[in-house]
Amino acid sequence: MEQLIQQVAAGLANGAIYALVALALVMIYSATDHLNFAQGEMAMFSTYIAWAFIQTGMGFWPALLLAVLVSFVAGMLIERIILRPLHSAPVLSIVVVFIGLLAVFHSMAGAIWTHTIKPFPSPFPDVSFAGSGYIGPHQIGMILVTLILLAALFLFFRFTPLGLAMRAAAQNPVSARLAGVPVDWMLALGWGLAAGIGAVAGCMVAPVVYLEPNMMAGILLYGFAGALVGGIGSPGGAVAGGFLVGVLENLVAYLGNVFERATGVYVIGNGEKLTVALIILITVLTARPSGLFGRVTVKRV
Amino acid sequence: MSQLLEVRNLAAYYGQSQALHGVSFAIGLGEITTLLGANGAGKTTVLRAICNMVRTSGEVWFDGRPISGLATEKIAKLGVAHVPEGRGTFTSLSVDENLRIAAFTRGNGREVQRDREMVLGYFPRLAERIKQQAGTLSGGEQQMLAISRALMLRPRLMLLDEPSFGLAPLVVQEIFRIMRRINEEAKVSMLLVEQNAALALDLADEAYVLETGRVVMSGDAAAVKGDEQIRKSYLGY
Repeated sequence: MEQLIQQVAAGLANGAIYALVALALVMIYSATDHLNFAQGEMAMFSTYIAWAFIQTGMGFWPALLLAVLVSFVAGMLIERIILRPLHSAPVLSIVVVFIGLLAVFHSMAGAIWTHTIKPFPSPFPDVSFAGSGYIGPHQIGMILVTLILLAALFLFFRFTPLGLAMRAAAQNPVSARLAGVPVDWMLALGWGLAAGIGAVAGCMVAPVVYLEPNMMAGILLYGFAGALVGGIGSPGGAVAGGFLVGVLENLVAYLGNVFERATGVYVIGNGEKLTVALIILITVLTARPSGLFGRVTVKRV
Repeated sequence: MSQLLEVRNLAAYYGQSQALHGVSFAIGLGEITTLLGANGAGKTTVLRAICNMVRTSGEVWFDGRPISGLATEKIAKLGVAHVPEGRGTFTSLSVDENLRIAAFTRGNGREVQRDREMVLGYFPRLAERIKQQAGTLSGGEQQMLAISRALMLRPRLMLLDEPSFGLAPLVVQEIFRIMRRINEEAKVSMLLVEQNAALALDLADEAYVLETGRVVMSGDAAAVKGDEQIRKSYLGY
């Protein structure tokens, strides 16, 4: 039982990271209908930027804040400079650009900061508390940061004129223009937000997986799975999906272990976690393409 | 008389094909002008060309300044509110949110709040459905919402693309009555595109008839309505 709780707690912590990545994916997807394959590498690059700030003697939080701001601006610039000319290009061209961006950020990080694995500090105090046998302070911190970020985004989209303008631009660009919304800038803003959220995700996961150019490779896949499970159009759904994928992968591995101990037959274990994520992805795509929380728009005809 | 909108030698293109061939006309301050003509004559394209939603050449002047070449959203900000064909509803947003989108452009929260009340005064049916998802509204209600969204921009000129399309006659009458009130009370000039010529000529002061992308006929709405020759050859009734 204790082990089960431990697994669920660890799953939630991993899920927090998947949720953040999923959230970043949703920002771009809901504005432009594109899945940004470079999201993981952009987050990794942002994490290096934060690391560089920390190396100058800066504290973790100021460094994170600066990295988020730099990433936000860079994300907007990528949209304005690289993707804007592809405005009416076929989806395939855009996919190729995403893969190009992925390669560029990957090699740039390696070239600038080398491929050596670097430790990354955790901002959360290493204290023991009731229940710390199940979950560490950094894990709890990750979950809290994810939830706070989600709440902030919810408030932004729900209650600010700019948030409403972004939703309007995503939903009906032509009508949004007629209502005076500068749709092009809203798309760029979506990219900026995604890059900023990616920076947070990177800095949260780096203390766990260490900093290196490959650190986001697997995580991006889980992020996709999370976003799809939750419904790729909905931020809340993406976060719930991220947590769900995190917990599910651990539970499946746990049950596999229990089964193996009882019968001596190895069916599934820690090694197959990524497979679980992929199975989840495929199952959701076939059975419920709009995701668990995906909104099916009601339309009167 | 001072002109609010002046269109000179306007041409418009969809890819290789030219849809408008040098259209010129003007709309006086406070006037309702209607564009009539058969399907495919280029009525909708004129509205799109004014808002720079298609590739154009020629000149468009609004309130004494050239607006051709400006981005669509900037033209909207200047006070040209386009109620598009098909109503352009933000289906997954609530009625209230549909109205508040304009707040982003306007900036001033208190004025937006006041205009929201003014708009709901014109369309009490929307007030009853204020929290409802806009996609669940009936066609007539969505048309009312589209006009309301346009009004929230505090426009000086409204471009209306077939507001009667697909609506029951009683609803159309209601909407046209309210359009008349908006014109008189809020001093909004209008450019009305309609298939239903009789209806449009009743409301309008001036009329232009388009045929294959050219103005073939223009004049006082009452005169056009009275001219059996024009009615028979161009308007089909």
